[in-house]
Amino acid sequence: MTGMHFVFLIVAVITLGAALMAVTSRNMVHAALWLILALFGVAITFAILNAGFLAVAQVIIYIGAISILMIFAIMMTRRLIADAGGQISSNWPWAALIAVVLFGGLWWLLSGWGGFNTTLPSISARADPLVELGQALVSPSAYIIPFEVASVLLLAALIGAIIIAWERK
Amino acid sequence: MITLSWYLIFSAALFCIGLFGVLARKNAIAIFIGIELMLNAVNVNLVAFWRYIAPEAITGQAFAVLVFAVAAAEVAVGLALVISIYRRRNTVNADEIDMLKF
Repeated sequence: MTGMHFVFLIVAVITLGAALMAVTSRNMVHAALWLILALFGVAITFAILNAGFLAVAQVIIYIGAISILMIFAIMMTRRLIADAGGQISSNWPWAALIAVVLFGGLWWLLSGWGGFNTTLPSISARADPLVELGQALVSPSAYIIPFEVASVLLLAALIGAIIIAWERK
Repeated sequence: MITLSWYLIFSAALFCIGLFGVLARKNAIAIFIGIELMLNAVNVNLVAFWRYIAPEAITGQAFAVLVFAVAAAEVAVGLALVISIYRRRNTVNADEIDMLKF
């Protein structure tokens, strides 16, 4: 056990605990705040994995934009937070069973895979992952078309969101 | 050193927690919270595979960026739908939103 193990384990336990609270908390605002903690844990995981850009993007996009959008939506639809007679549907044992079986199945499937215990390869010193990512996203020989399609998708989705939520008089 | 298995099991657990949220919650926004957790688990997987299996190719991170964009689009449209439904039906309970049922 090295220091890295402890850091990873603490982050993983906090993230999974916060995720569990986010899906079971009765108060929706609390659930959204637990979601923010879980997303922050995932951002730290990205940082541990040398993906600095993604860690920062996670904080800005997920925590800064998506979670705040969710809190706005929760506050605009607040009526039945408390008086709906519980937030968990009555068939939750089946949901828990499916989740646990899927987790066990994934673990079993992955443990049979040859690369399961791959150790950390060193990143070559000449290449900076951040520079490579930036170049790959705008290089015609790499990901410019998916990147542009994603941009158009996002623009279309935002215009669509405005039209859907428009209050017609 | 931490082996790849730790990240894979961590992301599998996060995915299953999100799946439980999607299946068990009544509130439509709580279902979105579950979906966000599932998408994040996928991203952890992508980045872990990039770092451990193919650190010289940047594919894993590029895909994670695309997943970010798709998640943002999904949440924007989804929450707009929820607000629109709330305005017309005065509920965000997924059990009560059954106009398409016949």
